[in-house]
Amino acid sequence: MVSRPHGGRLVDRTVSPKRRERLLEEARELPRIDVNESIAADAANIAHGVYSPLEGFMVQEDYINVLDQMRLSSDLPWTIPIILDVDPEDIVGVKDGDDIALYYRDEPLAIMRIEEIYGWDKKEYAMKVFKTADPNHPGVAKTYKRKELLIGGSIDLLRDPPEPFENIRLWPKETRVLFGTRGWKRIAAFQTRNVPHMGHEYVQKAALTFTDGLFINPLVGWKKPGDYRDEVIVKAYKALIEHYYPKEVVVLSVLRMEMRYAGPREAVHHAIVRKNFGATHFIVGRDHAGVGNYYGPYEAWEIFREFPDLGITPLFVREAFYCKKCGQMVNEKICPHPEEFRIRISGTKLRKMIMSGQKPPEYMMRLEVARVILEHPKPFIEEDEA
Amino acid sequence: MVHKDMTEKVSIEIKRDLYDKAKKFIEEQGGFSSVEELVEFLLEEVLSSEESEERGLSKEDEEKVKERLRALGYI
Repeated sequence: MVSRPHGGRLVDRTVSPKRRERLLEEARELPRIDVNESIAADAANIAHGVYSPLEGFMVQEDYINVLDQMRLSSDLPWTIPIILDVDPEDIVGVKDGDDIALYYRDEPLAIMRIEEIYGWDKKEYAMKVFKTADPNHPGVAKTYKRKELLIGGSIDLLRDPPEPFENIRLWPKETRVLFGTRGWKRIAAFQTRNVPHMGHEYVQKAALTFTDGLFINPLVGWKKPGDYRDEVIVKAYKALIEHYYPKEVVVLSVLRMEMRYAGPREAVHHAIVRKNFGATHFIVGRDHAGVGNYYGPYEAWEIFREFPDLGITPLFVREAFYCKKCGQMVNEKICPHPEEFRIRISGTKLRKMIMSGQKPPEYMMRLEVARVILEHPKPFIEEDEA
Repeated sequence: MVHKDMTEKVSIEIKRDLYDKAKKFIEEQGGFSSVEELVEFLLEEVLSSEESEERGLSKEDEEKVKERLRALGYI
């Protein structure tokens, strides 16, 4: 049995084709707010139930509760505020109870009923969500650039934002049918923003040995400079699955959602989202969703103790490394050999190798995966692009 | 085998004041062209959420999802 949606019901705020025509016309008459790619993705995620039980962008009560308690006002676990920021001049004459149209790329995206317009303290947000107010943290830096007011209220999605990976993008109602059709009862979800190396493969296959299926769900969308490009991640996973995984036990599907780099809080958020897709287990990595040295290596594991009512089982799989003596990928629990025999697979080391055009050794990365990356003219996001 | 005509309409009666309220709601809020359309929408919402509680999706919706999954090569 797949997981029940968070809050018990999978939210659907998409509109039927019949209503869409009329609402599109109406949207063109409403006050207009243009949103960026991340907000458009959040709107689509709300409407398709990825963020169930949210029916819209958060009102102040939920916002404060999530910051202070890591729970919605209904007491359901929720760790990252889902917010829509605007400048005061964007909403001149707009008041609580009004409808507005959210536009993305010059087309109406959704109609939002404003329940509340409220102010926020970005530094407080940064301290509570990211545990730092340091502007060098990519999530904090992004927060400081956001607009001055927040608007909360339910939305009706008029169309999906354009998706370059449409043929491998599934919504929760689709994965739920898919898992059911395949007869999977225990599903391990894997969140990633990286190309797969041997450590990832080890962790995924370890989870797969005691579940029915593996749901690999890479994030596409905004990431920091130096991270891999979305198309590189997708191609690398396709190559890995094609050559090294039994296809009937794996589902690869992308999720458009920005990386926040909020470490432990984001790990819980990632788990909740995958619960809505139907996963029963969620693989939590070492320093999950971390960046730099802002979070302890196992903080993202410890936070799960605060949520016995999460409704999805976290899987804390230890970091894998290659042991020269064992002759394979292992972890601390199963390898008796001292550090001198162990080769740690570091993402930074791999990145440096790739940047210099060097092929990583096969105990670090599959040849087929390395080929995808090395053949790409610019595999990493550059400074001026993020 | 007899197929049901899905577009066939039947009449139902509702209280006048409820009808007037619905009409006023449409005039003020928009989104629907008639009280009939609003009533159909509300009934579909209620009935489909009943189905969702039991099976996750209506049979028709589930078949649509399966079609897409087949087209994409997932099943």
